[in-house]
Formats: sequence, C-alpha cells, structure tokens
Amino acid sequence: MTATAEAEPEVGAVESFTVTLKILRHDPDGLDGREPGTEYWEEFEVQAHATDRVLDALHAIKWEQDGSLAFRRSCAHGVCGSDAMRINARNRLACKTLLKDLNPARPITVEPIKGLPVEKDLIVDMEPFFASYRDIMPFLMASGPAPERERLQSPEDRERFDDTTKCILCAACTTACPVFWTDGQYFGPQAIVGAHRFIFDSRDEGEWDRLEILNDKAGVWKCRTAFNCTEACPRGIEVTKAIAEVKRALTSGEV
Amino acid sequence: MAAPELTTPRQRPANLRTLGRTQRWGWMYQRISGVILIALIFTHLFVNLMVGDGVSQIDFAFVAGKWADPLWQWWDFAMLVLAMTHGTNGMRILVDDYARRPWLRATLQWALLITMVVIIVLGSLVIWTFDACPLDSSGDLMPGVPSFCESVV
Repeated sequence: MTATAEAEPEVGAVESFTVTLKILRHDPDGLDGREPGTEYWEEFEVQAHATDRVLDALHAIKWEQDGSLAFRRSCAHGVCGSDAMRINARNRLACKTLLKDLNPARPITVEPIKGLPVEKDLIVDMEPFFASYRDIMPFLMASGPAPERERLQSPEDRERFDDTTKCILCAACTTACPVFWTDGQYFGPQAIVGAHRFIFDSRDEGEWDRLEILNDKAGVWKCRTAFNCTEACPRGIEVTKAIAEVKRALTSGEV
Repeated sequence: MAAPELTTPRQRPANLRTLGRTQRWGWMYQRISGVILIALIFTHLFVNLMVGDGVSQIDFAFVAGKWADPLWQWWDFAMLVLAMTHGTNGMRILVDDYARRPWLRATLQWALLITMVVIIVLGSLVIWTFDACPLDSSGDLMPGVPSFCESVV
C-alpha cells in the first residue's frame, strides 16, 4: 500500500458537485416578450449529490429557480413511465438516470422526446402514441364462457412473452425510432411490443387480428432494424427482437 | 371532466390486405434476392479475378469466351435482374421513408422504375445478342473484329 497525499473521504459521505443542465424549452404562450411557440436553450446550475438523478435536478430547478419549467413525472421511481426525455441525446427516464453517470463536468442536455408534438418545455402530446397502442387492441380476446377462476397457463407459455410484459408505455422506444421521426403514421416499436405481449399469449385468441393490423403499410415492415428502440428501452426489453418475432409469425404463418 | 375522445389516428387504406401483402413481399424479396446475390457476385468475382491468370486475363476475348457459354449468359442475366430489382426496391423504401410530398414521391418512384426497366432491357440485349465476330451481308467478317475471329469462322 502506498500512502496518498489526499485525505481519504469520510466513510459514508456522499460526494457533492455543481452540475449544469441545458434544457430545450418551448414556450407556447410567448412570455417575457418571446414569440408564442419559441424554442430556446436555457442553462441552470444546480448543487447536486452523487445519489441525485436528473429528475432531482429538474425538481431543484422547478422548486427553487424557475417555477415555469414544465415536465411530467408521477411515481418518480421508474414504474409509471411519465418522465421519458432525451438526456444527452439519448432517450432515458429522468428518474432512473443518475447525474454522476452523465459526466457532470459538462452541461447535461435535456430535450423533450422527438417525433411527438411539444406542448410545453419537456411535455409532449402523447395522444398519437397512445392511439397506435389502442389500434393493436391491447386486451385479452378469448371466446367461450369466462372460467370461474383464473385462466391457467404453463410457466413455459408464460415465458414466451415475458419480456414484452415489462413495457411501461413511456414512449422512449417509439420516439427513438428514426422511421417514426420521418413517418408519424408508423405504429412504432411500442405498439408492436404491446401486440407481441398478446400475440404470443397462449390464452389469447386474437393473434391473427393483431397480426393483420401489423401487416399494414404502417406496420412491422416499416421497421429497418436500427436497434434504437432496444437501446432506448429503460426496462431492458429486447424490442427489435420482439418486432422480428412478429415479422417471422407473418412470414411463416405460425405463431 | 369529460373522458378523452377515442379517435382512429390514421386513415385506413381501402384494401388493407393487398397493401399489407405488397409490403411483406417487398421485405421478403429484399432478403431472398440479397442471399442469392451474395453467391452470384462472389462466384463472379472469383472466376474473373482469382481463377487462371487473374485480373490480367480480362479483355474482349475473355468476355466473349464467357458469353459463348449459356451458363455464363444466364449467370450474368440473373445478376443483372436481381441486382437491379434489389437496388430499386431498396431505393423505393428510402423514397417511401423520406419523400413526404406526394408529387415528389410519385416522381421519384416513376424515375426509379423507368431507370430499372431501361437498364435491365439494355443489359439483357447485350447479354443475349452479343456476337464477338459479326459477319457482314456477304458472309465475310466485319472490319475491325478481333484477330481470333479468323480461326473461329
């Protein structure tokens, strides 16, 4: 062991640092003499700890510096999927991204997710995204009388679609997709993941209704396997793989 | 508070099945033709550049010799058609993705289609009507033909 000149940090102490957040703001009302609908970058400095997430920094800005900053968040713990945003040019959940993992020495850029109309600051209109999800009929379709108890399924049958049950509809995948950026008609990765969850569910009987919808001009064949969705997913879902499985079901005719 | 109105986000095409099939066959064709092209092109490169004297053997006589064999005529014809349709299909997908204005999209799609047809027709004509030693009306060799023609006729 060699002795170090610097003093060892106190055991259990949390590192503290100053971080700059560069936020792409959108002002629909035109306050402070701006044109309505102006987009501009604004920088904020926040004192943060190593345990703080981007969401904590956004809270600090909203609560202590500029109350007009608008963003969505609900649970703040990576479950509700409300606070997907583009942080340092990648789609992430603000509540699952630690500031210390983003190189706090440089300004951290925060933008709204791309491809959906911005309403204010980091808030986008999610309606086109949810409309695509509704289109693939995300509910159990079964014939015959409902059983008195639960519909049983073997662990192997459950495993088949386990990955796509993790989706929280945060839109990080769909708004990371280059095809969705240029063509808003494309269903997008999330709707295909949502369909995959029911198509490969042994209890569901609506698989061919959903597959026929995804065989559409705006369906799975628009996918160019860019893998942006898989990289963006905060839940670690293998989105591109799920899309490929839907393509295979359509080409082979077997689910 | 009123419940949000549920509306269909996109115009459904009148004949969804036909359109869907076109997309699917386009996707499958791209993959199948790609695999065949890999085999065709690498064999072509191997035969032309590695076998025999390699790249230095390629001249008019070499091409004439290959096209005297129906196998190579069909080989080159398959490469021509597959490469042109594969490339045009890929460009069609790019145009679909990025040309948003209908008139621009239609113009580019037609330009692509016409270019493909013209090149395939011209290329096929060369492959199938190629004659290394053309004769004139009196049955003699035309002037300017390569010297090996005298031993052929």
